[in-house]
Amino acid sequence: MLAWTIILSFAGALGVLLVPKALVRWVALVVACAGLACGFFGAIEFGGGPVSMSIVDLPWIAPLGVRFALEADGIGVTLVLLTGIAAVVGVLFSWNIEKRLSEYFAFFLTLIGGVYGVFLSADLFLLFVFYEIAIVPKYFLIAIWGGTRKDYGAMKLVLYSFAGSALVLIGILAAFVAAGGSSFALIDLAQAEYSVEFQRWAFPLVFVGFAVLAGLWPFHTWAPTGHVAAPTPVSMLLAGVVMKLGAYGALKVALPLFPEGAIFWRDILAALAVTGIVYGGLVAMTQKDFKFVIGYSSVSHMGFVLLGVATLNETGLSGAVLQMFSHGILAGLLFGIVGRLVYDRTHTRNLDELKSLNLRVRMPFAAGAFTVAGMASMGMPGFSGFVAELHVLIGAWRSVPVHGIIAGIGVVIGVAYTMKAIQTVFFTDAGDTDPGVETSPTYAPFTVPERAGVWMLSLTSLLIGLYPRILLDWITPTFQTPLYEGLRKGAGW
Amino acid sequence: MDYGLIFLTLSPEFVLAVAAMAVMGLDLTVLKGTSRIYRMTAAAGVMAIGIFTAILLLQYYVKDASFPLGMLVQNPLNLLVKKVILFVALTIGLLATEVRFTRNVGEYYALLMLATIGMMLLVSTENLLLLFVALELTSLSLYVLAGYNERSRESAEAGMKYFLFGGMSAAFLLFGFSYLYGLGGTLDLGSLGLALSAHAADPLLSVALILVVIGFGFKLAAVPFHFWAPDTYQGAPIASTMLIGSASKVAGGYAFLKLLLIGFGAGGWSGSGETITGWAPLLALIAVLSMVFGNLAALAQTSVRRLLGYSAVAHAGYLLLGFFGSESDAYHSVVFYLTVYALTTVGAFGVIAAVQGKGRDLTLRDFAGFSRKSPEMALCLLVFILSLAGIPPLAGFAGKFYLFAAALKSDPGHMGMLAAVSIGVVMSAVSLYYYLQLLKQVFVADPIGPVLRVKAGFLGRSMILLLAFCVITLGCAPGIFLDLITGAVISVSR
Repeated sequence: MLAWTIILSFAGALGVLLVPKALVRWVALVVACAGLACGFFGAIEFGGGPVSMSIVDLPWIAPLGVRFALEADGIGVTLVLLTGIAAVVGVLFSWNIEKRLSEYFAFFLTLIGGVYGVFLSADLFLLFVFYEIAIVPKYFLIAIWGGTRKDYGAMKLVLYSFAGSALVLIGILAAFVAAGGSSFALIDLAQAEYSVEFQRWAFPLVFVGFAVLAGLWPFHTWAPTGHVAAPTPVSMLLAGVVMKLGAYGALKVALPLFPEGAIFWRDILAALAVTGIVYGGLVAMTQKDFKFVIGYSSVSHMGFVLLGVATLNETGLSGAVLQMFSHGILAGLLFGIVGRLVYDRTHTRNLDELKSLNLRVRMPFAAGAFTVAGMASMGMPGFSGFVAELHVLIGAWRSVPVHGIIAGIGVVIGVAYTMKAIQTVFFTDAGDTDPGVETSPTYAPFTVPERAGVWMLSLTSLLIGLYPRILLDWITPTFQTPLYEGLRKGAGW
Repeated sequence: MDYGLIFLTLSPEFVLAVAAMAVMGLDLTVLKGTSRIYRMTAAAGVMAIGIFTAILLLQYYVKDASFPLGMLVQNPLNLLVKKVILFVALTIGLLATEVRFTRNVGEYYALLMLATIGMMLLVSTENLLLLFVALELTSLSLYVLAGYNERSRESAEAGMKYFLFGGMSAAFLLFGFSYLYGLGGTLDLGSLGLALSAHAADPLLSVALILVVIGFGFKLAAVPFHFWAPDTYQGAPIASTMLIGSASKVAGGYAFLKLLLIGFGAGGWSGSGETITGWAPLLALIAVLSMVFGNLAALAQTSVRRLLGYSAVAHAGYLLLGFFGSESDAYHSVVFYLTVYALTTVGAFGVIAAVQGKGRDLTLRDFAGFSRKSPEMALCLLVFILSLAGIPPLAGFAGKFYLFAAALKSDPGHMGMLAAVSIGVVMSAVSLYYYLQLLKQVFVADPIGPVLRVKAGFLGRSMILLLAFCVITLGCAPGIFLDLITGAVISVSR
């Protein structure tokens, strides 16, 4: 069932090129919904527990021992679900794209297919292949359909991604050879028992290579520019799922393969992650461009994911995965509101100009949605962000307490910049505004796809916030699988 | 000596030679005075028939054989490489019909085929003397092909540069061969390898090695013997560029690999101190220089063909890394990569040929808006360029990955090889920048002037589509071709 998520997406990418233009949007929507449905039923089929479920396992490149092997585990299905939701909402928010429509959805669905593939690969070579497939479409999606400084943003993003994947590739090749050069299966590589010295230099290579895509400070600079340059649905997708690819790689490849390296570098990684949290938050506070505020907040929130990974204990790691899911939903929501609901109607993202537009009265739906999304993302209890960050902080307190405390300060900064954004854009006192604005023509009403997308994301976040066990019951047992045995032993749990 | 067997073994080459004569004869007699398109089509048709027959002969008729002194060795691996060369030459011959730049059609096609015969001989000989003769047959045809457009200064320059560098490197090569003969006392590569591995380390051997590397380095356009490449790639008639950039690389690279593995002894490097330690450091240096210089120089190019010329230099560097693998890995990775690279290169130049006609040299900017005018050709170009950049799931990625893995596997724990491979990986990330510059014009940029139009007819388009299909298939299922190589390698490894 889960394999269909990948097949359908790639088939859909081909399909939208062939069908008449009038049908393209619907085909894309059907494909995205079908992907989500396959992911959902696949997740139910998987059922949870400390196991991984093999989906496909075929020989592929015999001389190198590469197999076409797909496998589902708790982390994988969680992120597949996230991808499914992000894809559906992404298509909904792409509804008004007119320029080169078929190509747009072809790239869009290729990207989605690659992302599904990464989350389901059990073979490192295959994982890397899907990882790279997901990178190229990003370039075109931003460079063709983007906005502000799109050439620069797209090229920067792609070069950062490829620099990262070059590091990963070196690490993969070295691990493959050191493990005997006969298999690329993640589990085989994880059980290869590399020497400690090898792990110590290979770990940072692979970890940093992946983490570039997760917005690890100081390699995060592609993220704000890329997000701002991208068209709204693509920023939603970038922040929503593509950044998760990097975090997933760090979690699924770097940790299990090189546990000794992870333990050796733990403090430094945690320090980088915490720097990202605090720095991203502080920079977000000073931004004048609404989209940049969200862009930097993404860096800050992804810092929690990386901090969770760096804790190397079960609570922190589960928190990291939960935060990946939560941020995927919330970043999508925030970018959607800022880029589509607000910017496409007001044609400005400048906070000072938005201040004077009296948006609370003129777009109550956007104001309400952004307030909910902002509250959720700053960590208000009842929404997914709270549970996730709480897990990460508890995990951090157990293994890297000092970093945990600083990250706690980061939460406060998060409250500050989010409140500031909500207050400035939507709730500035109407008395300050130019009286002439009130009488100007009203903005176009919000369309059905827009409303559907916003509701879908907000309710998902609320659901996870109220009942996190839905996901945690999948995520936590995953760390008991054989893949993480080395890490469990090394870190002592 | 059994002359019948020689004839049987050489029958594919013989058929091609007959086809070459036939093309010239037809063009001078029956087709004289008819319009160019007829002559082109007829010549391409005869060439296609010749090549088809040769491939069929290779497949069903030619038996494994080995003649004294390694003069002619017919084994499954050689046959496989020959088939690749023939297939590539066939696509080039058919694509060449789209570029009607010359009035001397018959001679042009005859030269294409003569060069192909040279390459086939180059692949199937393990004798120093015949190696040199085959190399010269190839090179002499290619020199003429490069300078064939008599009305173009650039073509003349391309031919001249190729000839001067080629002539000089051939002299070095011959000089190197003479040293090898002096040291080993034999022309046969197999016995030479044995003789040399028994030999004590000798400075003369290093001299011979350097001379040989110069000779083949030129063929592969590796730094510092690459000076001809950008100009020749840019100025030569495009079908000649395709042949120089693809089939000639396949033959040259494969012959070079055999020379090193057999002639210098398979275990002739690294570890065991008393045997020949010669070629590894030298080749690694050349590989690294090629990867770094080729990629950096390509960054600055605006002419598409020049850009591909520098990218060819970089690819020669990647290729050389595969030489360090164990014997089986080296054959696997190098043959696979050469095949993939040849198909991709012909495809990329094919698209350029399809839009260029006999027009001027194309810059990156000329491709602005191309995807909106001809989406299917733009998509093919995307496939070829991304394959060159090494993006999965295209063939270029599988090929490069295998080269890197082979090099690393040869000597785990050796940091030197890891460093070379790391440079290769990082440089392919750099290369993405310039490949994307082209794709950006094709897909992203808005046209400024008139958009390029595909002038190629049905034949040219279908060849390009076929090549794109091959590149995708070899990337998604490299097993298909790797299994063939595996079967062939098992039968030749001793």
